[in-house]
Amino acid sequence: MEPRIRIRRSAFVDAASCVACGCCVKVCPLGAISVFRGVAANVDPKKCVGCGKCARECPASVIVIQEAQA
Amino acid sequence: MKKRWYDYIWVFSLTYLILGFFNILFAWLGLLCFFIPLIISVSRGTKGYCNRYCGRGQLFALLGGRFGLSRRRDIPGWMKSKGFRYGFLAFFLVMFFLMLWNTCLVFAGARDLKQVVTLLWTLKLPWHWAYHGTLFHPGVAQFAFGFYSVMLTSTVLGLITMLLFKPRSWCVYCPMGTMTQLICKAKNRET
Ligand code: SF4
Ligand code: SF4
Ligand code: SF4
Repeated sequence: MEPRIRIRRSAFVDAASCVACGCCVKVCPLGAISVFRGVAANVDPKKCVGCGKCARECPASVIVIQEAQA
Repeated sequence: MKKRWYDYIWVFSLTYLILGFFNILFAWLGLLCFFIPLIISVSRGTKGYCNRYCGRGQLFALLGGRFGLSRRRDIPGWMKSKGFRYGFLAFFLVMFFLMLWNTCLVFAGARDLKQVVTLLWTLKLPWHWAYHGTLFHPGVAQFAFGFYSVMLTSTVLGLITMLLFKPRSWCVYCPMGTMTQLICKAKNRET
């Protein structure tokens, strides 16, 4: 049997353009994203499932959902 | 997600805007939305105000999100650029200090109280019905008119960008948001 290839998707924040408003934090169902020290949002890749809710909410549209390595 | 008490601060923001129609002196309460974010960012080095307590952000999220009053499009690139954000903050501060200066002139008796609310820094709306005389100096009322103008202007801008782009697009160029982020950046560079 072939090993099943699992594609993991995850959110990535363009930290340089993030305005640290926290809109993404409020909608993440898994608490995987947080605003670090009022500067930019930070994704915990272990928790994020790449659902894209945060990316849709982000008023600056600086979150992309991409395939994550392993 | 479970709602906490601080998820209802939008009620305060809405009440604030309505009270200003009836008695302009309530505008002084708006100073809370000015000092609390600054105090949080200076003392704790976080944008806790934006992230949790800001009623205005919640109000836009509610109107644009729950009530669907938003096209939900991406905000144009120039509006989220640093140049525009910092430029808007600078412009906002200059207008704010001009407003304070006018208040000082009224306090000094060099100018009479003007019972108008200035929308978008240009449109002068008559607002005399919300002024019933005050026990205090007319300067106290002048500040209230000036501060309410600032609050109403930013709400109107926020509503426009809410309709055009995402619900909380205002947060991208909100002067308080930009200012608190700058403070956090400066603070966290030190440590
Ligand atoms: S993609 Fe989904 S799980 Fe990942 S941070 Fe965004 S909202 Fe949370
Ligand atoms: S919603 Fe967007 S701009 Fe706001 S903190 Fe999250 S990633 Fe940053
Ligand atoms: S950016 Fe402005 S409107 Fe948005 S949450 Fe922060 S203080 Fe409130």
